[in-house]
Amino acid sequence: MSGTSAQLSRLLALLPWLLARPGTRIADVAAEFGISEARLRKELDLLWVCGLPGHGPGDLIDFSFEGDTVTVIETAGVERPLRLTVDEALALVVALRALAETPGLRDRDAVDRALAKVEQAAGESAAPAERVEVALEGEERVLPVVQAALDAGRQLHLSYYVPSRDETTDRDVDPMRVLVVEGRTYLEAWCRRTEGVRLFRLDRVEDVALLDTPAQPPPEARPRDVSQGLFVPSPDTTLVTLALRPAAAWVAEYHPCESVQESSDGGLTVRLRVADLAWARRLVLRLGPHVRVLGPPELASDVRAEAALALSAYGDEGRSG
Amino acid sequence: MSAKKTERLLNLVICLLATRRFLTVQQIRSAVPGYDQDTEEAFRRMFERDKDELRELGIPLETGTNSAAHEDEPGYRIARRDYELPDIALEADEAAAVGLAARLWQSAPLAGATGSALMKLRAAGIDAPAAPALLEPRVAASEPAFPGCWEAVRDRRPVRFAYRATGRPAPELRTVEPWGVVSWRGRWYLVGFDTDRQAQRVFRLSRVVGEVEPAGEPGSVTPPGDVDLRAAVERMAADEPRHVATVRLRAGAGWELRREATSTRADDDGWDVVEVGFSDPERLADRVAGYGADAVVLSPPEARAAVVSRLRALVAT
Repeated sequence: MSGTSAQLSRLLALLPWLLARPGTRIADVAAEFGISEARLRKELDLLWVCGLPGHGPGDLIDFSFEGDTVTVIETAGVERPLRLTVDEALALVVALRALAETPGLRDRDAVDRALAKVEQAAGESAAPAERVEVALEGEERVLPVVQAALDAGRQLHLSYYVPSRDETTDRDVDPMRVLVVEGRTYLEAWCRRTEGVRLFRLDRVEDVALLDTPAQPPPEARPRDVSQGLFVPSPDTTLVTLALRPAAAWVAEYHPCESVQESSDGGLTVRLRVADLAWARRLVLRLGPHVRVLGPPELASDVRAEAALALSAYGDEGRSG
Repeated sequence: MSAKKTERLLNLVICLLATRRFLTVQQIRSAVPGYDQDTEEAFRRMFERDKDELRELGIPLETGTNSAAHEDEPGYRIARRDYELPDIALEADEAAAVGLAARLWQSAPLAGATGSALMKLRAAGIDAPAAPALLEPRVAASEPAFPGCWEAVRDRRPVRFAYRATGRPAPELRTVEPWGVVSWRGRWYLVGFDTDRQAQRVFRLSRVVGEVEPAGEPGSVTPPGDVDLRAAVERMAADEPRHVATVRLRAGAGWELRREATSTRADDDGWDVVEVGFSDPERLADRVAGYGADAVVLSPPEARAAVVSRLRALVAT
């Protein structure tokens, strides 16, 4: 959308907005539209010289200012906002449908009602919504207990599977909120075991129990910013460099990489940061002939040692060849 | 960003909304301030561009003549009932649901679209709260191919793109009639009809290389009525078990295999034996090898052979 289009779009929404809310503080109007007060005043000035043809008395857009508030007294006919565009209708309807089908969602009824009303207001614009599907996976097993804990403000006891160590650990946590990111459901909680804010993937929770203890996350327990995705590189991560054959190229899609370079055989050389080398070892073991460890050296030797140990369980088959 | 242009466009919208009769370009020129060009030619060009801007915003411009009897010059107007957002009254919990849904999209172009949708709803008097709820769904659309595929699906228009299929070294050009897009496990997929292969195909958008180019007219694709988009993606993304493998696992290890096991029994010395379905020995070998010395495939022979050759290759590196 061009700059003029964006501004025009805002002005066409501003007039009905003001009409619906007489006597609003100018600062609040500016905040609502995400612009500075100075910018808003300029736009009100612009509106003031627009109106019905002839620009006679009563034709022009007019406001009244009292104290720091503004009220529109003449809209020149712009009383209702513009209808939703196809993209706007589509984006909203698809989002509501996805929300409605999230397993474990509690207020499903409100979402269904809102969806019906928005679909009706969008009319034909929402027709393409049939061709978009968003599968949000909630967690029916664990989520109800987690939500009960959030509602009651109580701690949870979790048996949680940690993939890099292939083990289940027990811990008490103070629940903070539930997030669905990239199609999976997570509990964000203050973990008493590690003394930090952690994201627990609900499908890795083997067991969960509601405790009587009240949940009291300490002041330093702040929600994680997941707007950039889940993985947050931290200073104590190890840089791993792998040469991937084409069949293993999916790794670059599944894990955030610091760098990805195409190689001459159609494969990729990737550098990625890992919090735990055991995880990287497991990944390399999985990829087998489709990967070569370029660094660090201890990862390569770990993999060789583990593979040799595993091979010893296969007796003659492991030795011959 | 020109204030004069915005003024002119706003005056144009107001003028066309207010009139019941169709207005000719000459009438518009005299009624709307800002069209004081020197030449007729310059005015017409400016008016054409202005019409495009209005259409881009989704403002419905109606053309027609006022009298059927005479050959009147065609004119323009905006019908209020086509322009205005219909009445919509939301209860507080419905508005909260809309607010939550509007925050679903994490990236352009959809995040912008819900943002401006919400602005219009608020302009209609609805107050959707911005406060975060306890359950906050999020969907990203970070694949570069997403906007092109979204538009192709929206406009029902065929597309062409280079695609790197699993295990193929070089991307190949594919031509597709798009039926729908699906977000599944955090990845976007395109479901459609591959016109070269004459069959339904599912494409993972992260494997598209380069641009998604239009390859036909909008409206020329008609998806079949019975396509289950999500099922198509799930079939493509998941394995369908056909054989059963017996795997020995150290106690406490192999958790994800255990989850899928159809049976488990204790063996000796702190080991268990599980039965797990698989369709492709290589993919089973992928997963078992990941557990290193904590897992041993007992049967069938082709699954054992796949794991052994995998492990031998790793020892030799």
